[in-house]
Amino acid sequence: MPIEILMPALSPTMEEGTLAKWLVKEGENVAPGDVICEIETDKATMEVEAVDEGSIGKILIADGTENVAVNTVIAILLEEGESATAIGTSAVDASIAQVKPIASENIAAEVSQTAQPVAASAVAPPFTPQADPDLPEGVEMVEMSVRQALNEAMAEEMRLDENVFLMGEEVAQYQGAYKISQGLLDEFGERRVVDTPITEHGFTGIAIGAAFAGLKPIVEFMTFNFAMQAIDQIINSAAKQLYMSGGQVHAPVVFRGANGAASRVGAQHSQDFTPWYANVPGLTVIAPYSAADAKGLLKAAIKSNNPVVFLENELLYGQVFEVPKMDDFVLPIGKAKIVRPGSDVTLISYSIGMKYATEAAEKLVGEGVDVELIDLRTIRPLDVETLVNSVKKTGRCVIVEEGWPQCSVGGDISARLMELAFDYLDAPVTRVSGKDVPMPYAANLEKLALPNVDEVVAALKAVTYRT
Amino acid sequence: MVRKANVKSSKPKNTSKSAARPNVPDFSAKDELNAFSEMLLIRRFEEKAGQMYGMGLIGGFCHLYIGQEAVVTGIHMASKKGDSSITSYRDHGHMLAVGIDPNGVMAELTGRASGLSKGKGGSMHMFSTDKRFYGGNGIVGAQVSLGTGLAFAYKYRGEDNVSLTYFGDGAANQGQVYESFNMAKLWDLPVVYIIENNKYAMGTSIERSSSTTDLSQRGVSFGIPGEQVDGMDVRYVRDAASRAIEHARSGKGPYILEMLTYRYRGHSMSDPAKYRSKEEVQSMRSERDPIEQVKSRILAENHATEDDLKKIEKQVRAIVSEAADFATEAPEPDVSELWTDITA
Ligand SMILES: Cc1ncc(C[n+]2csc(CCOP(=O)(O)OP(=O)(O)O)c2C)c(N)n1
Ligand SMILES: [Mg+2]
Repeated sequence: MPIEILMPALSPTMEEGTLAKWLVKEGENVAPGDVICEIETDKATMEVEAVDEGSIGKILIADGTENVAVNTVIAILLEEGESATAIGTSAVDASIAQVKPIASENIAAEVSQTAQPVAASAVAPPFTPQADPDLPEGVEMVEMSVRQALNEAMAEEMRLDENVFLMGEEVAQYQGAYKISQGLLDEFGERRVVDTPITEHGFTGIAIGAAFAGLKPIVEFMTFNFAMQAIDQIINSAAKQLYMSGGQVHAPVVFRGANGAASRVGAQHSQDFTPWYANVPGLTVIAPYSAADAKGLLKAAIKSNNPVVFLENELLYGQVFEVPKMDDFVLPIGKAKIVRPGSDVTLISYSIGMKYATEAAEKLVGEGVDVELIDLRTIRPLDVETLVNSVKKTGRCVIVEEGWPQCSVGGDISARLMELAFDYLDAPVTRVSGKDVPMPYAANLEKLALPNVDEVVAALKAVTYRT
Repeated sequence: MVRKANVKSSKPKNTSKSAARPNVPDFSAKDELNAFSEMLLIRRFEEKAGQMYGMGLIGGFCHLYIGQEAVVTGIHMASKKGDSSITSYRDHGHMLAVGIDPNGVMAELTGRASGLSKGKGGSMHMFSTDKRFYGGNGIVGAQVSLGTGLAFAYKYRGEDNVSLTYFGDGAANQGQVYESFNMAKLWDLPVVYIIENNKYAMGTSIERSSSTTDLSQRGVSFGIPGEQVDGMDVRYVRDAASRAIEHARSGKGPYILEMLTYRYRGHSMSDPAKYRSKEEVQSMRSERDPIEQVKSRILAENHATEDDLKKIEKQVRAIVSEAADFATEAPEPDVSELWTDITA
């Protein structure tokens, strides 16, 4: 079957070029690797080699022709025994792929509900989170700090699965810089509780590699500020791995540690990285507030077969909450929690932002405003359904977060509510966030830089048109 | 004389201090007295900072330099005006050594408007372009590339300055250190890498973090010469620094000085330092203390009398208590400062 020789693309962006010169004539025999012609673009000149063996049956584009589109047939190659008369019949082997139309932008599933014309294949399948499991009748609730909850979650999962191990700076002998891994070295030994040098980029890569080979590492970053040394591995090697390998290679690593501002530790040690990680498909991002959520979700994260960024908060480590006493208390990833149902206004937050939100909600409830308080708990995948249903009910929404306002979690939720609940809104979706400045050290400035209860109260009043 | 790193030898060097000790370097009476008052200022300043932290006047992380004073003091004695320094968060001593006003440093520690960074940086983030001090860096290892970049600029502009780039034994394992070493030698940049090996990175001893513990040899595969130096003896520090700085300034490229030193206090104020024995700390303090060493030589060789030294001590205390008062009384930054200095 005669073979069509097509105008090749010299670069991913090339659309056309000049056929500068033919180096073979019609009737001439060519072997794979023989240079048959030269092609020019504004950037380069390149030689075109024959891929198949045969003789040049016909040259279709003459020397010096400009603006030859990529994939134009420039010559016909005849295989052994074929004659030039074969040309022009329908039997030409045109196996080269057609240029595909540029794929339409990937727009989130929920947007398809709006009038936008989007090809079905370009819409992400909807995410339906599971509900929290019902607690067994009469289950005992025990008081526990977030620190202890995290510690128990790791210990329980390490007991359940031999492949789970912990690595990080000061996690073993020092018992953890913030004592989250207290006692784990004693119980599980050096093989499974591994002290690393201060080499975040390296040990993160090592953990991900170990996960490729079937282990389930928990990487503790002393704080997430230092995970920036390793963020390339987290995103390029862990988050994208399953996709790039067509579903073959998993990277089930839990990256955990303290995130957000501590107290008076200055700009390089005080930052909320939630939106950074929440931006990345392939990652699961969890940022719990209560001890029960910390425990149930860290256990879920360790069991998960995905890379999970688990964002803790140093100031919450010592806070005490009630946790159900159960053998294997696991919460669903991706499910927001309606902490207090209400009908007047939706108040959304996560992690330490819940502290401000809870206090503000109490205050407004005291003034007769029925606040619905929602703790996101998981930031990616985001429980859009719960948020949208709430706002459809209340018509108003305030979102609280400690991090910076631009490209933030609050900004993203606001956009989604605009797309999915626009007709239900009775007031602008309003955000309360950290100020748009690096964290100052001075006590008075640091206080100003962080969100506070008064700001949340003011926002709630503004959207409910009260003074 | 430059002691080149032996590129061929794979044998780890003997790290014991007494074994490889070169001849005692020259150190005049004036040098001894300068070193004494310089180191004493750092010691007393840090003790005061520790007290003020305890009183709640200083917040966040505060890393004291007590025990390591001979390192910056000796290095500074060998440098010239125009040379820059850059270090980690354990930076108070470095600033005092290059002559930055103790009032400004202390007021930054208390987060006041008259602090070196207007109260916006804190203990870990202080800078002085005037004294060419580039911080005050909170991310372990980051200053190594930055210091190499300062050297790049000196070479680029044909200036004869040297970048004095300090980092810890823990930082010495970070990847960017080696990326920097390679480029520093590739381009023969005028940088002296001063590794302050105080044996611990937080609670991790160097033996537990490092496959090889002679950090002076970490430049071998890049062709960077290195020396291990008794960092508790200011004479050896100054002497080695003179060689290293001369090497860098003359266009021969980077040089590594591993300073064997020790921090007496915990890593930061919140570290109980249970990972080492009391005896270990005590023996360093009583046998190797950098200030006591100088003091006893001064007295033994009659460079000064006990009374003279007491006078110096009194002056130093006066400077430190003035700094403390200044830092306590100075106002907090104006609230409008929250929104300044974000972009130029
Ligand atoms: C990239 C990064 N990882 C971790 C930390 C937390 N941390 C701060 S200091 C330190 C130990 C550093 O030890 P070393 O380099 O020996 O310096 P030293 O404190 O002894 O002066 C660690 C792990 C950090 N600040 N930056
Ligand atoms: Mg150290």
